[in-house]
Formats: sequence, C-alpha cells, structure tokens
Amino acid sequence: MKQVFKRPDCLVDIPFHFCPGCHHGIIHRVVAEVLDEFNLREKAIIAASVGCSVFMYDYFDMDVIEAPHGRAAAVATGVKRARPDNFVFTYQGDGDLAAIGTAEIIHAANRSEKVTVFFVNNTIYGMTGGQMAPTTMIGQLSTTTPRGRDPQEAGHPIHMAELLATLAGTAYSARVAVNNVKNLMKAKKATKQAVRAQLDKKGLGFVEYLSTCPTNWKMTPEKANRRIAEELIPIFPLGVFKEEQAPAEAGVG
Amino acid sequence: MEKKRKKALVKGNEAVAMGAIEAGCRFYFGYPITPQNEIPEYMSAHLPEVGGTFIQAESEIASINMLLGACSTGARAMTSSSSPGISLKQEGLSYMAGSEIPGVVVNMSRSGPGLGGISPSQGDYFQATRGGGHGDYRVLVLAPDSVQECYDLTMLAFDMSDKYTNPVLVLGDAMLGQMKEPLEFKKYQPKKFEKKWALTGAKGRKAQFLKSLYLDDGELTVHNWNLFAKYKRMKEDIRYEALFLDEARLVVVAFGSMARVLKSSVKMAQDEGLKVGLIRPITLFPYPAEFIRETSLQVKNFLAMELNTGQMVEDVRLSVEPGTQVDFFGLPPGSLPAPDVFLKEIKKVYPE
Repeated sequence: MKQVFKRPDCLVDIPFHFCPGCHHGIIHRVVAEVLDEFNLREKAIIAASVGCSVFMYDYFDMDVIEAPHGRAAAVATGVKRARPDNFVFTYQGDGDLAAIGTAEIIHAANRSEKVTVFFVNNTIYGMTGGQMAPTTMIGQLSTTTPRGRDPQEAGHPIHMAELLATLAGTAYSARVAVNNVKNLMKAKKATKQAVRAQLDKKGLGFVEYLSTCPTNWKMTPEKANRRIAEELIPIFPLGVFKEEQAPAEAGVG
Repeated sequence: MEKKRKKALVKGNEAVAMGAIEAGCRFYFGYPITPQNEIPEYMSAHLPEVGGTFIQAESEIASINMLLGACSTGARAMTSSSSPGISLKQEGLSYMAGSEIPGVVVNMSRSGPGLGGISPSQGDYFQATRGGGHGDYRVLVLAPDSVQECYDLTMLAFDMSDKYTNPVLVLGDAMLGQMKEPLEFKKYQPKKFEKKWALTGAKGRKAQFLKSLYLDDGELTVHNWNLFAKYKRMKEDIRYEALFLDEARLVVVAFGSMARVLKSSVKMAQDEGLKVGLIRPITLFPYPAEFIRETSLQVKNFLAMELNTGQMVEDVRLSVEPGTQVDFFGLPPGSLPAPDVFLKEIKKVYPE
C-alpha cells in the first residue's frame, strides 16, 4: 500500500507542547514539509527565537542556535556569513520580530541577507500570557490593553510583510494563513518561494503566517480559527507583496 | 598588507585589528563609535583580502548577535566598540557566556556615565570584570598597556576564547587605541581546538544546539556550577607584570594606560631611592589575587591607582592579607597627568 501521509523527516517524533487550536503546530509542519522537499535537514541551521517558538530544538531534527529575544535575524546573519553553504532560517513570533527585533529584521532584509524568515503573527504575546503585541488589532483586548487597543495611545497593528516588501534586499515577502485547506496550500507554496529566495541567492525570503492563539484570545479553537477569516484577514490581507524574479544585482549583499 | 614588514608604526586600534586577522579572525561585526573606529576601518579594508567578511551592523546589539551567530559555527570572529556601545553588547555577552560560545570583544573604552566623553577612562572596570550583563557569569578580561600588547593580547584572546568556549574581552582605552608606537609583527602559532559543539548542519551526526535556557528541575543549578568551575579553571591563565618588588616598601597596583604612565613614576621613585614596586594585572578577570596576597606577606603598603574614582582597588583589598594598608588614588575622566604628578601621590603614602 502506498503511504500518502507521514511525519516530515525534519520533525522529531514527539508531541508539540502548543495549546489546543494553536497554529504553531501546523506552521511547524508546513515548514518541515518544505524543508523535506528541498532535502535541507542536514544543511539547515536554525536561529530560534524567544516566545512560544523557543523550543525549536525539541521539534526540528536540525542544528539550532538560540538567539536572544528579537535578535534572530542578526544571529542568522552571523551564521549565514560564516557558513554560506548552509541553509539558515529563523522562526519568530510577532513580539520577537515586530517589536524588540524590528531593527534586526529590517536591516537583515536591507542587506539582502541570504536567509529565510518564518514569522508567526497571532496578534498577541503568547508565552508571557497575552500582552499587547505590535500586531494586536485595534480594539483587541489583551492583558495590557484591558479596554482594547486604542491606536491613539498604543499604536496600530504593524504590517511586516508589506513593510519588508519595500526594501530592495527583500527577495520574497508574503502573508499567508493556515485556517483552511485552501490557504494551507497557498502557505506551503509561499514557504517554498521563501526557501528558494535563499537557495537561489536572491535575498531575504519572508513569510508571515497568521496564527491563532486560542488561550490568550480566550476563545475555543474553533472560534479562534474563525477569527482568522473574520477579523484578521480583512486587516492583514493575504498575498505576495514582493517576488524577486532575477538574482540580485552583482555586488549587492 | 602590513604583515610583510617586520615592524610598523601603528595605532593601538590598528594593532588590535592586525592581531585579530593574524590569529585567524575572519568575521568582524561592528558599529562606529569613537575612539575605536580604526578597528572597523582596518577590518573593512583588509578582511576581504584574506577571504573574510566585514559587516557594519545597524547597532551594537546586532553586532554582538552576529558575533554570537558566526562563533556558534566555530568560526573566529570579533566585534569592537567603546563604552556606551559595550553597554549595548552586554545582552549578547550574557547569552554567549550562558550558551558557552566563544568570541572576542574589544572595548577601547571612553568615559561615562552616559555619553560621557571620548577621553581615556577606566570607568568600565566593574562592567568588564563582574560579567557586565545579567546572570552569574564572567568573561576573561585582558588589559594591554601598549600598542604591542594590543596586538599580542588580541591574538591571545582568540586562543583563550576557544580554550574556555567563553567570550573574552580586550579592555583598552582611548589612549591605547589612539597612540602610535612601533609594532613588531609576530607569526601566530595556531593551536588545536576541537569544536565538536559547532553548528555546521546535522550531516553525518545527530542534530545539536547551543542554548542558555534551562527549565527542567535542577538543570540550571548544574549549569551554573559548571560555569563556575570553568571560571575557576581560568586561573591557570592569570597574567601580570611585576616591577621592583624586591625590597619594595610600597607596591603600586595599576592596569592598562594608567600602569603605562606609572612605570615612569615608579622608575623616578627608584631613582630617588624610594623602594616602590609595581604590579600590573594583565588579566583583570581572573585577577592575580594570589600573587598580590603573597606580595602582601612581605609588603605592608599598597597603593591602587586608577583612571576612575575607585573600582579595581576593591580587588586589591580583597586580595591582600589582613593588616595591609591599601590606599587609593583615582582620577575621574578628563585628564591623564604626567608621571611626576603621580610620583607626588606615591610620596604622600610612602611609609616613613
């Protein structure tokens, strides 16, 4: 009988610690499937971030360096420059990448670093217990916006995929969701393109995954999944914002 | 390149950069700040000639994290800065110490607090020798007092860093970085360091990781004791210079540029018949505490002299035998007086 479904080789055979209904597990799997397809398990070095995704080394059967909070893009830069033939990627949440690590991701992209960045946007700080993130929606309740996020006081949800698409060094930038099969297929395609951006030495590849956080959204997994389509996608539109066709100019990066 | 010559007249900053490349440093990450800019400038010019990589990062924080990344692969890499920038690097230093990743960091210190000024100061002694960042860790600290030592000790820093899989700090100051002296080039003798921990991709071996997070019951306790044991082992690499200790009645203790000036003051004292010796710690951590203790069995009067209002003096007081008189003379940033000024201070505490 032909096997049609299995655990990706890139993943270790242990259960995820993620909460029920959290999309991290799905996104881990999408990333792992794509890395399997490109046969990158033995070539990959991961710069892990701080947050719910901190335990990458427990789940991915690959070399992992733990980066300080927000600094994964800078750490990945150092790894990639020292090991240009390895495949180097980061996996970061919205607090990590879009708040404390904003400078690092923008300048890594602007230098056209040949690294791939997987960015999980669940509009909240998960690990620390549900505080406002830079991506938190206007009016959204969090433990530090108990009356809802007021843009005059606490700013607006930040759009990283669009922001990075404006930089010449970004080779690929897309926003995807994994809330249904159709979007999941598109997410996988985007993941492949972000991997190719590095393999083809075009520049930085970036995928923003919209994700649930049922625990801190205080929703059932089912309701949290519905929120992606009903509330997040209208504000964080899905799509490809940058796709470099030709290799970057000689001398760049 | 400079290497073809045997000697050259160079700045301390350039000597640091030359020593680093000679020792096999192939990656440099930095951010401009006075008075250490000759280091990134030299690296940007000369690293590409040896197949290396120079990155001018967006910040000191990014620089130290690039260093963390490059060194996690087993490569030799360096970052440099000056006081305010070194404050920003403390986060990365703590992570590197916690994850046991080597790496060389140079502080051509200026003066503080805050933006302070660009004149020489030794106000970063506590930060350098007490870890500097969060957590119970130490970095090995080397303090040159000449352009030659800027070169020699930077080379040594790479070996120490690989030996202990721990960051090593080279602590100079504005005077050492900016002054020119003849530098004698030396061929670096490569040592063998097995780097089984290096992240190179899990090809033909199990996947591995470098981390500082320990959440399981008791794990972090064990980790911290292991680090402590390592810091104790560093004592075998303690270095210091001692001058005129035979028959000394007063021992001056100073490091770096201050010690350099005081060598002249102490010689002047000797010429006047005063029995004044000098101990210059070269490793500030680990500190030559045992040597100072042994010296204090013979000499009852010590004078710590620093370009700050009193930091290393605490280590001198912790080192000496009870009953030893330890005086202090310090200068906040703003001036570096001539040897005769210090001679006057030495005479004030010289025992009758």
